[in-house]
Amino acid sequence: MNPNTSTRSATVTGSVPARPSALERLRRVDVGTALAWLVVLVAVAWALAPGLFTSADPVAGVAADALRPPDAEYPFGTDATGRDVFARVVYGSVHSLSGALIAVTVGLVAGTLIGAVAGTVGGLVEDVLMRVVDVLLAVPSLLLSLSVVIVLGFGTAQIAFAVGVAGVAAFARLARSEVVRVRATDYVEAAYAGGGRFLTVLWRHVLPNSLTAVAALAALQFGTAILAISTLGFLGYGAPPPTPEWGLMIAEGRDYVATSWWLTTLPGLVVVAVVLSANRISASIARRGRA
Amino acid sequence: MRYVLRRVGQAVVVLFAAFTAAFVLLQAMPGDAVMIRFENPELGLSPEQIAALREAYGVDVPAHRQFLHTLLGFLRGDFGYSVQSGTPVSRMIAEALPGTLLLASLGFVVAVILAVGIAFLSTYPRLSWIRGALRALPSLFVSVPVFWLGILLVQVFSFRLGLVSVIAPGPVEGLILPVLTLAVPISAPLAQILVRSIDEVYTRPFVTVVRSRGAGHHRVLWRDVAGNALLPALTMAGVLFGELIGGAVVTETVFGRAGLGRLTEQAVGNQDVAVLQAVVLLTATVFVLINLCVDLLYPLLDPRLRTKAGAAA
Repeated sequence: MNPNTSTRSATVTGSVPARPSALERLRRVDVGTALAWLVVLVAVAWALAPGLFTSADPVAGVAADALRPPDAEYPFGTDATGRDVFARVVYGSVHSLSGALIAVTVGLVAGTLIGAVAGTVGGLVEDVLMRVVDVLLAVPSLLLSLSVVIVLGFGTAQIAFAVGVAGVAAFARLARSEVVRVRATDYVEAAYAGGGRFLTVLWRHVLPNSLTAVAALAALQFGTAILAISTLGFLGYGAPPPTPEWGLMIAEGRDYVATSWWLTTLPGLVVVAVVLSANRISASIARRGRA
Repeated sequence: MRYVLRRVGQAVVVLFAAFTAAFVLLQAMPGDAVMIRFENPELGLSPEQIAALREAYGVDVPAHRQFLHTLLGFLRGDFGYSVQSGTPVSRMIAEALPGTLLLASLGFVVAVILAVGIAFLSTYPRLSWIRGALRALPSLFVSVPVFWLGILLVQVFSFRLGLVSVIAPGPVEGLILPVLTLAVPISAPLAQILVRSIDEVYTRPFVTVVRSRGAGHHRVLWRDVAGNALLPALTMAGVLFGELIGGAVVTETVFGRAGLGRLTEQAVGNQDVAVLQAVVLLTATVFVLINLCVDLLYPLLDPRLRTKAGAAA
């Protein structure tokens, strides 16, 4: 963690806490958060090297094995064309994760820029920028994403960007409030008094002190983005059919819901696990920032 | 009074900005929707016919006049015509609205019941052994894809247990699963804020005072804590409304129900810009109005905010 952040809590409590030993810190990590990291790491590994986790082909199926329930050979069963659902989930992880990464990056960069400029410049610029943010907040995120999709068209990159646009407002608000908060502290004033220029102060003092809050929001947005991307994929605005995208897979499995529960239930559980983990990690980052 | 005026002014500015953004994004983009639809060579329209169509849709005039025309139209409740079907958008929305209104209001009621139930049960002393599980529920609820939840409910209640028919269900039976699907994600943020504010109210000195005078858990919870804890939930009203509309898009699509959400989903599929624009702007308007009401009502409900010093804190 950044050493700068501890100064804040130290001034509040009035005493500098002793640095916890490695063992003590290990004990402080709760099981849930560790599990959350494990889930995310597995999903990342799936995205980076799907071949290590499954030998089956995610697109070509074995017709003779169509609609087989989960067993030792097919842990998640097979779909109507005999494709291994587990292999499709593994290969699909790259679509969801890279999409979520793009979305968070778009939201983070655009939002932080808007918020930081609004918070530092102030005055009319701040008013205008924050009203823009108000407009973004006034439209439900799904409708905002749909508005972007209707302009840009369908596709994996398009929906990732559309989901990112829906996250801009949250980052902008956070960045602005962090800039305003940190700017009011004594040491930033001291940095100015010491001859620091605006950008230097922003880079060296405001940014490091806001990192925890930004990281917590980014993790939260990552989970939200995976959820939103799978929703847009389910609605059919993402990648076209043979692609093993999680939302699309669930949409395709819908027709067999009466007979083949595994087609929708198991990919959905994977989505829930990843989103839940991202939220859990976000909460643990936020807690550390406050502690 | 100045606060009220400023707040109303702010709301109007946001709505105007939302309209402008929607106009610029959706209408003034290169190659307007009318051209996309009618320049298709299969239709075999002559350039003169296309020009006539463009005039009928009002896209042949300069952008600033189009802007004024559309703005005045929106203010009168005229949202133009669907590019796909040629029907007035206002009529399409009026037809879709009742279905969604019913679904959303029932979903909201169920969500409130769920949230209040979770919040109060998780602070109930005798249930402390499942407190952890109860408190984990909201974070589970927000992590569940709505469309997946809908399918799962159909799977369990219709196909496994055979409790709710999905093939030609009655009007009430057909509402059960969609309402539940919509309610679960809405209840999560509400439950979270309730749990947090109940915990917060319990730490206040006055609760200790009431307790020390011999009040039991129930009396403290219902007479002293509940009222104070519900107030912060009011600030969520606008966000919850947005979630309801977003949830309706997915829920109505999954269950094949007619309504605003389905209309929106089809508009995106058909590139029907006029319909989506109307839905987006109507939603934004209601959101801004709800927040305006909450902001104006809040000081009346919370006396601490009536003074300048309290409002600043």
